[in-house]
Amino acid sequence: MLRYLLPLGIFLVLVIFFAVGLKLDPREVPSPLIDKLAPAFEVAQLHEPDRRISTEQLRGQVWLLNVWASWCVACRQEHPHLVALARQNLVPIYGLNYKDKRADALRWLQQFGDPYTVSAHDLDGRVGLNYGVYGVPETFLIDKQGVIRYKHIGPVDPDVINNTIMPMVRELQQG
Amino acid sequence: MKKLTAFLLGLCLVTATGARAAIDLTDFGGNQELEDRYHSLVTELRCLVCQNQTIADSNADLAKDLRREVRDMLVKGKSDEEIKDFMLERYGDFVLYNPPVKTTTVPLWIGPFVLLAIGLVVVVVMVRRRGHQAQPAMKREDAERARKLLDDAGREQQS
Repeated sequence: MLRYLLPLGIFLVLVIFFAVGLKLDPREVPSPLIDKLAPAFEVAQLHEPDRRISTEQLRGQVWLLNVWASWCVACRQEHPHLVALARQNLVPIYGLNYKDKRADALRWLQQFGDPYTVSAHDLDGRVGLNYGVYGVPETFLIDKQGVIRYKHIGPVDPDVINNTIMPMVRELQQG
Repeated sequence: MKKLTAFLLGLCLVTATGARAAIDLTDFGGNQELEDRYHSLVTELRCLVCQNQTIADSNADLAKDLRREVRDMLVKGKSDEEIKDFMLERYGDFVLYNPPVKTTTVPLWIGPFVLLAIGLVVVVVMVRRRGHQAQPAMKREDAERARKLLDDAGREQQS
């Protein structure tokens, strides 16, 4: 009996491993920054290079930080959803324009719409590095105390916005 | 033939330079110690976009940024540990090719040995079992039958 059950058992274990393995996305590296203070930055604004934007100014509100670039194809995919979210005026979205040329970035926003309250211009990618950005787009949810509560890697879609991000936003806004 | 040799040689050169190109020219002002530490650090850190390359091997933009960061920190006099911690804080254990031993990484470290042990046990059990089943000495009647058959076959061949 055992000689038949044993291979079957091994087979089932393998199937379970493979099934789980297929569901895991190796690109989603868990961020060690969750529940830590969002790294401080102070960089030039994208639209008005003379003015600066810093994390200090954003204290006291719940906000989203969306890392994007005009050269990023997946950003194009998520962009309409961000524009739609911005229109509802539920949570401010701040853009971090990552390793991009100012002119390209501005043209891109003109073409596809600008969902960002303010865009920060991270020309050399140092802010992105501090946020552990390794693939754009990435979206961070930051609470009133300046703590990162959630990070989404890759393009956001309505499902993520409505079922993951917004419920957390509402909860954090009340706290 | 000469042309072919020249072509192959050229090809080797091209591919060789290609492989080295990923490591930028970093100038440590002739400081050999910093340079050595730089080279060992960049081969220990994983490029997160390309997943299975070190930041030394990768041409990805992120790898370049990380190399620049490593270089800058070295020049500022940071220790290897400080640089690794800096990367860990931002990218997590995944950034290290040698992940630290923690409860979550224990399977990673001991898994291969556990599998090896299981394999050894299986082999030992199988060998033992086979030993027990070793053929018992042939029964006399069987031996006689076999000899008869062989004899018959031999006779048939002769005739």
